Amino acid sequence: MTRATGRKPGFIHRFDPAVLTAFGCIILLLVLGSLYSRNFLSPDYLLQQLKVASFLGVIATGMMLVILLGQIDLSVPWAVATGAMMACAAAAYGPFGVALAIPFGILCGVAIGVVNGIGVAYLRIPSMIVTLATNAVAQGVMVVYTGGFSPQDSATAAMRYLATGGLIPGIPNVVFIWALIGGAMVFVLGRTGFGRAVYGIGNRERAAYLSGINTRRIVMIAFAVSGGLSAFGGVLLAGYASKAAQSMGDAYLLPAIAAVVLGGTSILGGRGTYLGTVAGVILITLLQSILSVMQMPEAGRQIIYGLMIVLMLLLYGRAPASR
Amino acid sequence: MKDWQYRLAEQRGTLTALTIFVVMFVIYTANHPAGFTANVVQTAANKGVLLAFIAMAQTLVVITAGIDLSIGMIFLLTNCLASWLVVGTPLETAFGVVVVLAVGALCGAINGAIVIYGRLQPIVATIATGAVYFGIALLLRPFPGGSVNEDLADALTGRIFGSVPASLVALAAVVVLVWVPFSRSVYGRAAYAAGSSETAAYMSGMPIRRGKFLAYTLAGFVAAIGGLFLTFFTYTGDAAYASGNAYTLFSIAAVVLGGVSLFGGKGSAIGAVFGALAFRTIGDLLFVFDLDPLWQPLFQGLILLAAVSLGAFALFRVRNRLEWFL
Amino acid sequence: MESAAPLFRMEGISKRYGGVRALEKADLSVRAGAIHAILGENGAGKSTLIKIMAGVVAPDEGQMMLDGRAVDFASPAAANDAGIVCVFQELSLIPELSVADNIIISNPPTRFGMIDRKAQRRLAEEALARAGAADIHPLSLVKDLPLSRRQMVEIAKALARKPRILILDEATSALTAADVSKVFAVLKRLRAEGLALLYISHRMNEIAELADDCTVFRNGSKVASYPAGSKSDEEVIEMMIGREYHSVYPPKPERALQGVPVLEARNLSWTDRLQDISFSLHAGEILGLGGLDGQGQRDLLLALFGVLRGLRGTVHVDGKPVGIGSPAQARAQGIGMALIPEDRKTEGLMLPMTVRDNLSFASLDRLTRGGIIDSAKEQDFIDRMMTLLAIKAGSIDAPVGALSGGNQQKVVIAKWLMRQPRTILLNDPTRGIDVGTKQEIYQLLRRLADEGAAILFYSTDYAELIGCCDRVLVLYDGAVKRELVGAEITEHALIASALNIRSVESMHEGAAS
Repeated sequence: MTRATGRKPGFIHRFDPAVLTAFGCIILLLVLGSLYSRNFLSPDYLLQQLKVASFLGVIATGMMLVILLGQIDLSVPWAVATGAMMACAAAAYGPFGVALAIPFGILCGVAIGVVNGIGVAYLRIPSMIVTLATNAVAQGVMVVYTGGFSPQDSATAAMRYLATGGLIPGIPNVVFIWALIGGAMVFVLGRTGFGRAVYGIGNRERAAYLSGINTRRIVMIAFAVSGGLSAFGGVLLAGYASKAAQSMGDAYLLPAIAAVVLGGTSILGGRGTYLGTVAGVILITLLQSILSVMQMPEAGRQIIYGLMIVLMLLLYGRAPASR
Repeated sequence: MKDWQYRLAEQRGTLTALTIFVVMFVIYTANHPAGFTANVVQTAANKGVLLAFIAMAQTLVVITAGIDLSIGMIFLLTNCLASWLVVGTPLETAFGVVVVLAVGALCGAINGAIVIYGRLQPIVATIATGAVYFGIALLLRPFPGGSVNEDLADALTGRIFGSVPASLVALAAVVVLVWVPFSRSVYGRAAYAAGSSETAAYMSGMPIRRGKFLAYTLAGFVAAIGGLFLTFFTYTGDAAYASGNAYTLFSIAAVVLGGVSLFGGKGSAIGAVFGALAFRTIGDLLFVFDLDPLWQPLFQGLILLAAVSLGAFALFRVRNRLEWFL
Repeated sequence: MESAAPLFRMEGISKRYGGVRALEKADLSVRAGAIHAILGENGAGKSTLIKIMAGVVAPDEGQMMLDGRAVDFASPAAANDAGIVCVFQELSLIPELSVADNIIISNPPTRFGMIDRKAQRRLAEEALARAGAADIHPLSLVKDLPLSRRQMVEIAKALARKPRILILDEATSALTAADVSKVFAVLKRLRAEGLALLYISHRMNEIAELADDCTVFRNGSKVASYPAGSKSDEEVIEMMIGREYHSVYPPKPERALQGVPVLEARNLSWTDRLQDISFSLHAGEILGLGGLDGQGQRDLLLALFGVLRGLRGTVHVDGKPVGIGSPAQARAQGIGMALIPEDRKTEGLMLPMTVRDNLSFASLDRLTRGGIIDSAKEQDFIDRMMTLLAIKAGSIDAPVGALSGGNQQKVVIAKWLMRQPRTILLNDPTRGIDVGTKQEIYQLLRRLADEGAAILFYSTDYAELIGCCDRVLVLYDGAVKRELVGAEITEHALIASALNIRSVESMHEGAAS
């Protein structure tokens, strides 16, 4: 028996109810927040939130690509940390190292992604377990490298500029970077053969393969991009904090998955828009921020956070009834 | 083939895990300065049983072709709860234990209900419930603290007859009293069947939903036993996010090492228990060989990566490439 | 069959799938202590009929009576409880469980809430012995058994449920000759015990040996019921085929084939499914693949398309040997192959994606420049295909899953025609689609052939092979048994060579001795 796949009319692709719900929730949060304090609607606060969201946004972009394929990337925590630590480490090797710090950090993330890709695409190991294993290996390598102490190298000026500077007055660079990466992603998903293939594989890998798509290469590239973007997120975070830290990536794995899924991307792959992911990232960031501004203790934040995700998924993320 | 050969083949994953564990453990004790003494065994057992409980819980869900990413958080939650309730007179302590176990089972049942009746994907659903469970744990213990009935704790973490670690006996008891009855019940078989081929199980009229629901519930229950033991070892409750997360992730690794298929339908919690013990021994091995403990995470990661890659050799037997995409 | 009151009766049963009529006012009457054979071509409605009997699907209208009382089955389990058990063609066994677990799956003996494995094993051994398969070890895992053994387990599983009515749907198609004779002995014994048996098979000699009553279906309706032996094989085949198909096929041109064949297979073998297959295919030619379903036709198409590993023998394109290791290579420049796969819903299309995305999916390499899709070019290609195949879609931005089956199949064909393939492999492309679309597809195939394409066409519908093909290769057990050319392609020739009657009979003798 084949699983009944969604049969929805065409307009859904333009007005995905999940994306609308997510944006609706953002507005609702802002309204509720403004009842608590006028500050929630001030441009400064909103811009600050957008800036905080950008780090998650960069990481969630890679995660979305992988989820669209029907896979998952659990190596995000240490891909982020590796990117940050290796970029800072490179900076210690003279002017040459400083110049290459950012690309080197990203490259390390790409390497982690490539290992994931080989495991998933060529060895056909479930992505959940292979990305878990590479995460452990990356952690191991970093622990050995730092000798167990928190990393001593500090971020380069370029990294700090990207994360905290403002090329255009009023707009933080990191927001600009997220916009660039997001724009590129929209273009790739919508206008390139690669993007079409990603959706095709996510929907039905068998049909994509029989259509003559080199499915393994696409999966491999997607994981490499995800690793690279995670590492880039780490580079930016290191720039923001001026240095890398051991567990800096831990706080980004689950929010990244949650943001993608709340934005209406199916965890089974093949369905989802980047606009939805943007909504999911902002929603999660805003939720976290409002809960902390309201001085909600961490415990309450976690509970509300989890309940929100379950409720929203029950609203629009359910699998079709099997019979 | 004879009966015993079939039984052997059926238990191959479990036996492989057992062999890996025994070999590692023999190397470990042989090189340990104190050698194979009751003390060494007790320490090793107490280190290993926690992950063993969590791996057993994870197995229950994985055989249905699901996954429980909240398992480590249920473990933390029940630990924090136990640090409040498992104190006082024997009667109060017993009441506390019952409540802790019931809460664990309830957490598992909630996961099961959301996945089976709410039709959400297990990955996302349990990530979300995991956040909720962690929040409650944090509510109970914003800071590490609390206490536990120390008589009970010492009894269950000490040695019986001066040589056998009590925690191992408890682990064996849980296997015999929870896992074996479940796996041999009609519902347990329905859980296996649903993981192996849900369509065929439906055509055969098996109680798929109840089987899966029971599996999720028991997973929460067994995780709560793990939570109790954590309290017995540490005498405190501690809602440590990183620790809960690590237990979830390690449980998946232990399950895979124990020969349980992540695609469902295949494997045994006993294998996962040995997988967990083996996984823990990897770390100890480095210790006796005087390797820098810094290398421990890397070593564990590489072993895990190698172990999961081994399964890929089955690919070379696939003759029809379409079977890659099942 | 007039003497006893029927044990089970179906009256006026109809069932539609989407727009396609599977059953139309079908009747059936089954008596105890007899074997009732159901005959009909593929798609005649036999499978739907028994699925309704077994509670797998619900009928749109009509009623069923068991022991004179109206019954209604909500699930397979409900039908089982009423004593109706089916041995399905698609296996309902659970691969990771043991044979004993599978046989006693619905109602195992328990002690203290646990399954009593000793008692279960005893019951399983009894059931296996009753099914004549005592050689299967009850502890072996189903996934480790070859197909024929699994089929025997399936039969044992059905017997363990103590049925009153036992349905066997092509239950012997995967069996070895020795197993077939064992199963026959079992079925005769069950008949003597007073069970009602419903037997569906394409093999005429099996029906002649077993059946007491026969019913013929065609196009979803009952044609006739008659006592076995009262009609000749010729008459039966006549009833099964009907005579309506002549006009829908385009005329076949008289054309001498010349030059180097576009595609040539030499001694293709693969596991035990394909044996030493050789043929050549010229431009402008439609070559049919015939035979019973599951005789290796599907494997042959997949082998040519580069999907199967460990293929022995060689494939030549334009006279030069080529190595095709993936569909990507098969469709590449110089080879130019296309495959219309068996199951359009899981292999041909991504149902939730739009018509546009699906149409361009196999041609992305040609529609992109530097990886970027050339929208104007894509639109142009799509427009041409929509007109060429007259695809009826509300919008090309609607999900392809919303289209009718016939239009979905047109999309699958169109997405490959967009590449202008030189060789087109078709795997039963007209299954489950309406007559009008079928006719359009026949016309299209001939037109493509006239324009120079080489077409390899597998169909489970003999009439299509007769109407469309210049030549037909009939496969049996993974090997080409016969090649029919031109006027030789007739119903009788196709059915006779597909059933491979002579070889089946000799196998029976071999098993009996």
